[in-house]
Amino acid sequence: MRETEATTDARRAMEVCNACRYCEGFCAVFPAMTMRREFSTGDLSYIANLCHNCKGCYYACQYAPPHPFNINVPQVLAQVRAETYEEYAWPGPLAGLFKRNGTVVSLATAGVIALTLLMTMALVDPSVLYQPQIGPGAFYRVIPWWLMVTLAGGTSLFALVALAMGFRNFWRDTGGRADELQRAKPLAVALHDILTLKNLGGGGGGCNDKDEAFSQLRRRFHHFMFYGFMLCFASTTTATFYDHIMGHPAPYPFWSLPVQLGTWGGVGMVIGTAGLIWVKIVSDPAPAARNLLGADYALLVLLFLSAFTGLLLLAFRSTGAMGVMLAVHLGVIFALFLLVPYSKMVHAVYRSAALLRHALERHPTPPPGNKPSDRALGSAA
Amino acid sequence: MPDFSRVWDVLVIGGGNAALCAAVTARQAGCSVLLIESAPKAFRGGNSRHTRNMRTMHTEPTSVLTEAYLEDEYWDDLLRVTGGQTDEHLARMTIRMTRDALPFMEACGVRFQPSLSGTLSLSRTNAFFLGGGKALVNAYYATAERLGIDILYDTEAVDLKLDDGFVREVLIDHRGFPETVRAKVVIASSGGFQANLDWLKEAWGPAAENFLIRGTPYAKGKVLRNLLNQGVGTVGDPTQGHAVAIDGRAPKFDGGIVTRLDCVPFSVVVNKNGERFYDEGEDVWPKRYAIWGRLVAQQPDQIGYAIIDVKSEKLFMPSVFPAIKADSLGELAVKLGLDPAAVEKTVAEFNAACVPGEFNSTRLDGCRTEGLTPPKTHWARPITDPPFIGYPLRPGITFTYLGVKVDENARVLMDNGKPSANLFASGEIMAGSILGKGYLAGFGMAIGTVFGRIAGREAARNARN
Repeated sequence: MRETEATTDARRAMEVCNACRYCEGFCAVFPAMTMRREFSTGDLSYIANLCHNCKGCYYACQYAPPHPFNINVPQVLAQVRAETYEEYAWPGPLAGLFKRNGTVVSLATAGVIALTLLMTMALVDPSVLYQPQIGPGAFYRVIPWWLMVTLAGGTSLFALVALAMGFRNFWRDTGGRADELQRAKPLAVALHDILTLKNLGGGGGGCNDKDEAFSQLRRRFHHFMFYGFMLCFASTTTATFYDHIMGHPAPYPFWSLPVQLGTWGGVGMVIGTAGLIWVKIVSDPAPAARNLLGADYALLVLLFLSAFTGLLLLAFRSTGAMGVMLAVHLGVIFALFLLVPYSKMVHAVYRSAALLRHALERHPTPPPGNKPSDRALGSAA
Repeated sequence: MPDFSRVWDVLVIGGGNAALCAAVTARQAGCSVLLIESAPKAFRGGNSRHTRNMRTMHTEPTSVLTEAYLEDEYWDDLLRVTGGQTDEHLARMTIRMTRDALPFMEACGVRFQPSLSGTLSLSRTNAFFLGGGKALVNAYYATAERLGIDILYDTEAVDLKLDDGFVREVLIDHRGFPETVRAKVVIASSGGFQANLDWLKEAWGPAAENFLIRGTPYAKGKVLRNLLNQGVGTVGDPTQGHAVAIDGRAPKFDGGIVTRLDCVPFSVVVNKNGERFYDEGEDVWPKRYAIWGRLVAQQPDQIGYAIIDVKSEKLFMPSVFPAIKADSLGELAVKLGLDPAAVEKTVAEFNAACVPGEFNSTRLDGCRTEGLTPPKTHWARPITDPPFIGYPLRPGITFTYLGVKVDENARVLMDNGKPSANLFASGEIMAGSILGKGYLAGFGMAIGTVFGRIAGREAARNARN
């Protein structure tokens, strides 16, 4: 990773933190920091992506502004984190999409929705589009099967490849090796940390959103969103199986597995994304990186829309509004698929990778050699 | 803007750990409480902001403390560092009461964690605050607000109107405006005078000009001076305090923990003339760090220089300031502003005096010098391998011990021995009653917490009568 103003600031902060270490019990950032004395840009990238932005260390910091040392770890790590998204983006020329990412995501979403609507209208007889369509294959009468499969398959495959390349870039840059990825114990630890958001809310008390008070709201909303997303993913997978393997195309009855998974997943995502947007609005701006808020909001709104339009589609699927609803919903979903590698969505990859790197560091394979120890003779208070 | 015409049950002067413990305890006992903190909100909490642990007696392992740490051992440790300049009755009471303090602290939202890396030797004796002292202070303020304690920032006590040991009223400066506060009982928890350079100069002479203040710049000792001027009993020597040797490049105030340097045991420490002046390896650092502030303060220009070579570079926690490095000793001396010839001579003599032994940074290893004055009794090994590394050292004052005299109920005693009718004290302002000299890691928070709670309890008892 290249040296920037943000990495210079982050390095200075880490050097102050490393001489203090009062936050060591908060989250993985600080133990990872204490394992180092010098911070390469790769180290900073790793540490920045370990940070879950709970802000506990900011409110606990004796050197936070207005102290002249002006230490604001959540803010500076967020800046570095945003730069890592750009740095590891694949293919390289698209890295620029991470600049003014809020605008990019918003415009792309609007564009893809509009395009989907236009294409639908161009391809489908208006009488079909505005008439109620029911029974098996109803959706394909609005959007032809070949188009849906091409777009969904194409965008999601591309997203997967782009994310995988991003992961590879991150892993190499932070000093990782390929063979490390096969060790079961660290993988299990990392998976646990990812699924529980263990590091969100330093030391277990929760995040600091508005002020010094701790709150579990962000964790809960994120869980709603994440597990909602997973349910929706499960819904789509089940539906694909029904359709392509069992030859039983959508729409499915309300009590069917795909619709149940999708409905509850959608409700979870709506609650989670709306909650996270609200938390962001009322949060103390001091420890936040303001220039990154656009990207955060854009992705949250996109995720909200993908769930909300899905629920709308379910509600109106037996009416004449179904055609337009379906086109809008699929437009949003295509936009989401397209934007996954070029939105804040990538945090899922890099944070997971950082947690895995941390788990590997904490469970080293060879016995730790003659690494000099800081633990020798520390000071008192 | 509060209604200053009312009468509070308890006025707490100060905003650090001792003040908060007193305020919360008094409020929990049913009193109306006003707490005035001279700092703005961002810097509230006095020196407690910079602390990280409390030395705690315990009879069995707890969630964060290992083994046991009993009263007699705690007392022995205190006796050793103070050289007997303590009050056994008050000290033992404080020690015993630290055991019961943990549940109170936890109920106030203070969280603990296992000892920090680099402090393994404290895992048995000191309970570490998760996130450090500012997190602790935040927890207490949140509790105080929840309980309905009135809190005023940017507000300091100017004059306690003492009348035969009775505080009639207190003149305060509230955001620049003079006001008068009436309270049935007053608790002074406003700290020492370590941030008052003029006062330090009265005690230390011009040398104090070169002292660095590790903690809050708001501890000017105004309340202490005001009380001493009105016949309140004093304890302690004005030149005594908790002073450590810190990185000489630290800011004048508020540098806190990151300015600390743990390299002394592995170093040769010279003064500005390039001469050694004390046994750097006398004991493990947690037992010696508190004497080095005074040692450096007694050197010309109040400065010292720790010199190591590359072998020791990674044996201690890094300071926030970069190490000064050079490929030769002479070059390092020049970079440090020292006479190269003098430094080379001192190091050569030291190197020649080192007795071969098995170096071990984690214990008293017996690697010593022979025939050298002063000797180095542990971790002595020749300084030979470049790069050579140096750090400047200055006295870093944490808090002063000159204070007001109190009894076991935290009640302030007048200099005729008579107890005050309604004035109590807790924290650094009275710590000199127990700490006459030296320092024991985490004991300041022990005194503040214990006496804060006693003062709150007794103030409530007094206010209700």
